[in-house]
Amino acid sequence: MQIKSLEELKKIKEEYKDRVRLRSQVEGTGDQTEILVGMATCGISSGARETFNAFIEELAEEKLDDVKVITVGCVGYCHSEPTVQVNIKGQKPVLYGNIKKENVHELIEKHIKGGEPVKRFILSTDFEIV
Amino acid sequence: MEKMRMNVLVCGGTGCIASDSEKVAKNLEVIIKARGYDKEVSVVKTGCFGFCEQGPIVKIEPDNIFYVRVGAKDAKEIVDEHIIKGRKVERLLYKDPEDNKPISRQEDIQFYKKQLRVALRNCGFINPEDIYEYIAAGGYEALGKALTQMTRDEVVEEIKASGLRGRGGGGFPTGVKWEITKKQESDVKFIICNADEGDPGAFMDRSILEGDPHSVLEAMAIGGYAIGADKGIIYIRAEYPLAISRLNTAITQAREAGLLGKNLFGTDFSFDITIKYGAGAFVCGEETALINSCEGKRGEPNYKPPYPAQEGYWGHPTCVNNVETFANIPVIITKGSEWFSSIGTENSKGTKVFALAGKINNVGLVEVPMGVTLREIIYNIGGGIQGGRKFKAIQTGGPSGGVLTEKDLDTQIDYNSLLEVGSMMGSGGMIVMDETDNMVNIAKFYLEFTMDESCGRCTPCRIGTKRMYELLNKITSRKGTMADLDALKQLAYMVKDGSLCGLGQTAPNPVISTMKNFWNEYLNLIKDEDHPRGEGKYVPKNKIGMKS
Amino acid sequence: MTKPQAISVTEPTGEEFPKEKYDELGKFIDGMETTKGALIEILHKAQNIFGYLPRDVQLFVARKLGIPGAEVFGVVSFYSYFTTKPRGKHTISCCMGTACYVRGADKIIERIKENLGIESNEITEDGLFTLKDVRCIGACGLAPVVMVDDKVYGRVKVEDVDDIINQYRK
Repeated sequence: MQIKSLEELKKIKEEYKDRVRLRSQVEGTGDQTEILVGMATCGISSGARETFNAFIEELAEEKLDDVKVITVGCVGYCHSEPTVQVNIKGQKPVLYGNIKKENVHELIEKHIKGGEPVKRFILSTDFEIV
Repeated sequence: MEKMRMNVLVCGGTGCIASDSEKVAKNLEVIIKARGYDKEVSVVKTGCFGFCEQGPIVKIEPDNIFYVRVGAKDAKEIVDEHIIKGRKVERLLYKDPEDNKPISRQEDIQFYKKQLRVALRNCGFINPEDIYEYIAAGGYEALGKALTQMTRDEVVEEIKASGLRGRGGGGFPTGVKWEITKKQESDVKFIICNADEGDPGAFMDRSILEGDPHSVLEAMAIGGYAIGADKGIIYIRAEYPLAISRLNTAITQAREAGLLGKNLFGTDFSFDITIKYGAGAFVCGEETALINSCEGKRGEPNYKPPYPAQEGYWGHPTCVNNVETFANIPVIITKGSEWFSSIGTENSKGTKVFALAGKINNVGLVEVPMGVTLREIIYNIGGGIQGGRKFKAIQTGGPSGGVLTEKDLDTQIDYNSLLEVGSMMGSGGMIVMDETDNMVNIAKFYLEFTMDESCGRCTPCRIGTKRMYELLNKITSRKGTMADLDALKQLAYMVKDGSLCGLGQTAPNPVISTMKNFWNEYLNLIKDEDHPRGEGKYVPKNKIGMKS
Repeated sequence: MTKPQAISVTEPTGEEFPKEKYDELGKFIDGMETTKGALIEILHKAQNIFGYLPRDVQLFVARKLGIPGAEVFGVVSFYSYFTTKPRGKHTISCCMGTACYVRGADKIIERIKENLGIESNEITEDGLFTLKDVRCIGACGLAPVVMVDDKVYGRVKVEDVDDIINQYRK
């Protein structure tokens, strides 16, 4: 579709707003649980692709079809790559660091299925976004 | 798992572990157990809180109380007072450095809001390969606003008023650059995005392109509209395959959505972007060299004037801006120049992304308002020096910059202040060095880099850097004499004054700056019999290249 | 670091490439909208096809574009990304960016050189490895970093080097 005016652009924005809902600060309102995996060069070289694939595979095995795994860029926390953010409806998004493929199972079991964030991987964010 | 009444989070980040947080956790566990509370209170080791300077950190949930510098001995008091009796342990709370009042909630502590993300606003939060996520985050609104509600002059004025300066290193006011290019009379003009990020250790441009490519495309279209260019070029290093692929995806999607191409937003403005690849040459970050490389030639710089704004790509007026500069543009258009210029210092507005690397705990990208101090960046955001060692120096500005030391830690960082203390902003690489690093070796490392990357066009740079490197080699292998030090110093200033482009003019900076700050380390490498015996006895020889 | 490449312009390369490779490159050039300013792009493609840019390939490009061979060589020799020597089966890239340097990359590359018995930009006798020192691969959080082909090894210690190389010796 070709966007030909500011109004059209804003309409699309409204349509897709729920899907993104500026993930860092706000509590999730969408129905879908999302897992964002930081996949910039730095993340990939620390194994983010393996982590990403592990999520996809395990979610498929567990038939958790309503959970979406999304590729995103880098949040700048190179010291703790690969980084993963979990957004669940009604919860504040949780940013995890050092999530290797071995840790994926625990995250899915405890956080995605059990609703309890896995504290030892949590990174505290120290930034504000405009 | 049983439901716990209370969680005691103990930081298990490298910084806190270095300050013995493991012992704190152990003691907490033992005492909690001894008091019989281990069924309802759990001790959890967490990732880094990013506040390593004040470590070890202990946080009590759900009370949301934050204790700093907790020693192993403090565990008993935390358990008996806080966990059992519910009373805060005042003396372990963080004290506001300004009024010394204790602060108990993590959110209220100043440093947690030290980072402000403008250029990196979407990195890590949207899918870079989905244009609709960018639109949902407010993307392309600035372009729509510029095209339908602002004249070209208004766009230029807005950017000028914002005070935005080039983020690639030069620090030239972006609005002025746009204005100069706009004023040129020509049917064909170009806007180029400089994505040839060459400073080893700086990777913010790559992160932006990989995490938020549309913001650059949108900004280029805005710039194209402002200066009157309908073609944009992104010059990117071939070493960034992922960024290239994400850019290509983004361009295709923008074309499909009608956000690149003919008659954008129903106006008569058309704009499209092509990608040109670099092939590994640091000097191509210089704008005239970059333009030569875009034309498929050797990437050698030209004498200025004429400036690219007058005669650039194939002789047409051309405006070259850096990736991070572009990433700021859409926000300035939507939020206004007043908002943007309220951030930062007198002469440097907005934020800057820094790539923190080297001997620091939290290696990574940080974006902070101009005017924060190095101390805040290193200790609060960066988490302090690895292994608890002593800070020695920090190199800013990459191979073109200089070292800053302990005495500069409280300097407010902006374009001018960094120049005043003998370094420069550069593209934002910050390499932290600790007490174990030898500064002469660091200077040699940088010089080897610039010597390799010198394009050979002008003599001072081509031969000068080579001779400087030879002298440094002689000195570091302990064969140098005082005359060599002298020659090195003179040569440094000659290369600085005599070179054609920025690469040569700044190449000696690491040497000059380490000589200034760490003269003793140079002296220590000089042969014993040549060593000055006390002040004033040594008379420097003034001929360049004179060997003893 | 990137030492000037020793190239002989007079010696024949000693390697014959199949005609298909030249055809592929020729077709790529013919398919371009314009070859004005496209030399670097064409050389990228050529290096993709042939693996490196020997004299014959450079001359082919020059004739195809109607420009002097010296101009092509001038560009090839200017940019460190282009190489005029064949590569080994595996490319070992040792990051020599500043972040890696201050975390000891110089010792790592010395160990690699010792192990392989070659200098940077050289190929081992058995044709198995090429060693390159690269600027910054952007994994500063993992410094020091060694890359073998596309696989990244982070936080490498000198004593890890032999193990990493041996994995590829099989």
